[in-house]
Amino acid sequence: MGLRLPSKVLEHILSFIDSNEDRNSVSLVCKSWFETERKTRKRVFVGNCYAVSPAAVAKRFPEVRSLTLKGKPHFADYNLVPDGWGGYAWPWIEAMAAKCPSLEEIRLKRMVVTDECLEKIAASFKDFKVLVLTSCEGFSTDGIAAIAATCRNLRVLELRECIVEDLGGDWLSYFPESSTSLVSLDFSCLDSEVKISDLERLVSRCPNLSSLKLNPAVTLDGLVSLLRRAPQLTELGTGSFAAQLKPEAFSKLSEAFSNCKQLQSLSGLWDVLPEYLPALYSVCPGLTSLNLSYATVRMPDLVELLRRCSKLQKLWVMDLIEDKGLEAVASYCKELRELRVFPSAPDLDEANIPLTEQGLVFVSKGCRKLESVLYFCVQFTNAALLTIARKRPNLKCFRLCVIEPFAPDYKTNEPLDKGFKAIAEGCKDLRRLSVSGLLSDKAFKYIGKHAKKVRMLSIAFAGDSDLMLHHLLSGCESLKKLEIRDCPFGDTALLEHAAKLETMRSLWMSSCFVSFGACKLLSQKMPRLNVEVIDEHPPETRPESSPVERIYIYRTVAGPRMDTPEFVWTIHKNPEIGVSHLAIK
Amino acid sequence: MEGGSASGSASALSNDENLVVSCEDSSSPVGNELELGLTLSLGPKGYRDCRVSYADDSSSSSSSSSSLSRASVIAGIKRTADSMAATSGQVVGWPPIRTYRMNSMVNQAKASATEDPNLEIRQEVNKNRTDATKMRNSMFVKVTMDGIPIGRKIDLNAHKCYESLSNTLGDMFLKPKLGSSTLETDGHMETPLKILPDGSSGLVLTYEDKEGDWMLVGDVPWGMFIGSVRRLRIMKTSEATGKAQMIL
Repeated sequence: MGLRLPSKVLEHILSFIDSNEDRNSVSLVCKSWFETERKTRKRVFVGNCYAVSPAAVAKRFPEVRSLTLKGKPHFADYNLVPDGWGGYAWPWIEAMAAKCPSLEEIRLKRMVVTDECLEKIAASFKDFKVLVLTSCEGFSTDGIAAIAATCRNLRVLELRECIVEDLGGDWLSYFPESSTSLVSLDFSCLDSEVKISDLERLVSRCPNLSSLKLNPAVTLDGLVSLLRRAPQLTELGTGSFAAQLKPEAFSKLSEAFSNCKQLQSLSGLWDVLPEYLPALYSVCPGLTSLNLSYATVRMPDLVELLRRCSKLQKLWVMDLIEDKGLEAVASYCKELRELRVFPSAPDLDEANIPLTEQGLVFVSKGCRKLESVLYFCVQFTNAALLTIARKRPNLKCFRLCVIEPFAPDYKTNEPLDKGFKAIAEGCKDLRRLSVSGLLSDKAFKYIGKHAKKVRMLSIAFAGDSDLMLHHLLSGCESLKKLEIRDCPFGDTALLEHAAKLETMRSLWMSSCFVSFGACKLLSQKMPRLNVEVIDEHPPETRPESSPVERIYIYRTVAGPRMDTPEFVWTIHKNPEIGVSHLAIK
Repeated sequence: MEGGSASGSASALSNDENLVVSCEDSSSPVGNELELGLTLSLGPKGYRDCRVSYADDSSSSSSSSSSLSRASVIAGIKRTADSMAATSGQVVGWPPIRTYRMNSMVNQAKASATEDPNLEIRQEVNKNRTDATKMRNSMFVKVTMDGIPIGRKIDLNAHKCYESLSNTLGDMFLKPKLGSSTLETDGHMETPLKILPDGSSGLVLTYEDKEGDWMLVGDVPWGMFIGSVRRLRIMKTSEATGKAQMIL
């Protein structure tokens, strides 16, 4: 028997360890370390809500104060996961309410949250402080009202791009007069107008309010009045920026902004009229984050704004910025770390915007701290990718969306293999990669071999054969999430690398050639994987070799889930039972 | 901007309730319009809309798919993707832009539209694209009952008459959930009480209509009720009488 650390001492040591990765390692050392660690963990992160049961988590971490959960697969953002698939928050809220009443923070992403959930949160956690819902759905403004009314110490309430049943703007009036603790409020995704006087009073009585994101229904007048009451804001999401142009309106707006000396982040700006942009000039020099992706501002106006933003680190913008605008960004915004360029036209045939691969090349050359890119562009070249890789080996996240499926290098007509090879090889710290354009199996050989730190990989309309998947699953040492759509491979590679799947969080494949037979085999071979077949038609009614529409495979210690809808088929581990909706043990 | 309806909201059920509900419905044939309001189901049309259709759409579910060579299917994908991109851009989920942002783009396109003959088609397409995953034909409204802190939601389109609605509400609120003690169990357990309009059970069902007025459920034809109801509330008869007098 060796030296044993008294648990109080260990507790004290562990209080300095925040990272969950480290804490997970600590918990593997021995039983007593496991026990001490679990009793002291305050922040719990569950990347796949079906990987573990709510009861198990609540039991293991009784002192949890902050819970973060993710539900649906990422491709749900693009309508590839049918409604009703799952991702329900209720079982988690219920379990936490029963065992962990000291819970203070809940952050949910891509989950179905109902008003009942919100009411339960309000009723169960006496010291509830933080609610952040990202890309969630299933609740109405009534649920929000319950939170506002009941959580006396609420600090953060953020609804980020949620689909909310909007029953009106009354919810805001449910914040009692005694509530003064708000630090952050984001209701930008709601439609209805809130009573501006209620909002003014709320803002006035919350001295610690530093982040406020309004919805488009808030007018410019409203914005001015709010800014006057909260000049201490560091993050602002404006409401609608359009109004009849009056000289007094402009000067009032300008003055209000110039009094916000701590503003670092600006977003919203829906319907912004270029004539109003100069009102923002006073805050530009201090801005580190600017989201213009909903602002239909065009070129010269954009540059006038951006050339004043010398401290900018994060820029989200539409392709209206054109190559010219990005060239300007490259010369004025030397601190830029993250760039996202979104398409402005919903339809591809309308794409005659002068934004090409050159824009991204400019920024890669000029912005030495650039590490995260999301770029939508109609077509690309290998040469551009090579330059980007050479200039920016420090890239951590590279998501290129060549909008036209199967588009080759438009100058040489070759696949973009060489270009992505350069990215994978050159950017040694790459964590996240999305590829597009015409790609052969070779591209994936390079990615498999070189992209050692990539954790998340997204692929669409690419590859020639099973070799592609084989390359990826036999390489990519750090791969945790792989999502693939419309690629011509399936069974062989999947079955050959079944063991790899248990080292990953999840694999999504839709419109590929994975047969039902392979799914069955995989499921029976790998006890700790849930193999979900998402298909309108019962897989058993078709030949085993016919491809299924979508599969979602994820590792889990919770076994098959009990809440699958009728179009999700769980392949039971016992071959006699076969396929079912409810996995019966 | 489209706010969207709250789909996927019936998540608060335990498995036992699922069983109860499905027993009741076991007599309905598949494809019956009377869908269970308490479970989610995706109508065939809604689901089909979310798939990418291959050039040979019908083949994906028939046995002839195994006879298609891989090359021809790849060609099929390419053809379809090209043609789709060229005509209406209807490859589902492509380009990969979040629904929220897509809606915003469509609204901006509307706002700055000139005489674009394709605009309406595009808007329809985008609307279909974003609506593809929404539940069809559901109309969820909130139901609260006096004395119970947590409200529920019910799909009115799952019912065609007041009686069926009343039965379902009775099951929801008056039968205790197994293993849960969220309901007050003061005598409601023994007899399955109904919420009747005459208030003889001690409870009465009211609804808030479009104008914000609270009315007794059952006075108007079902269709009219559906058209104007916004939310439901189960009250004690004593309270309701007072309110009714106010309405009248």
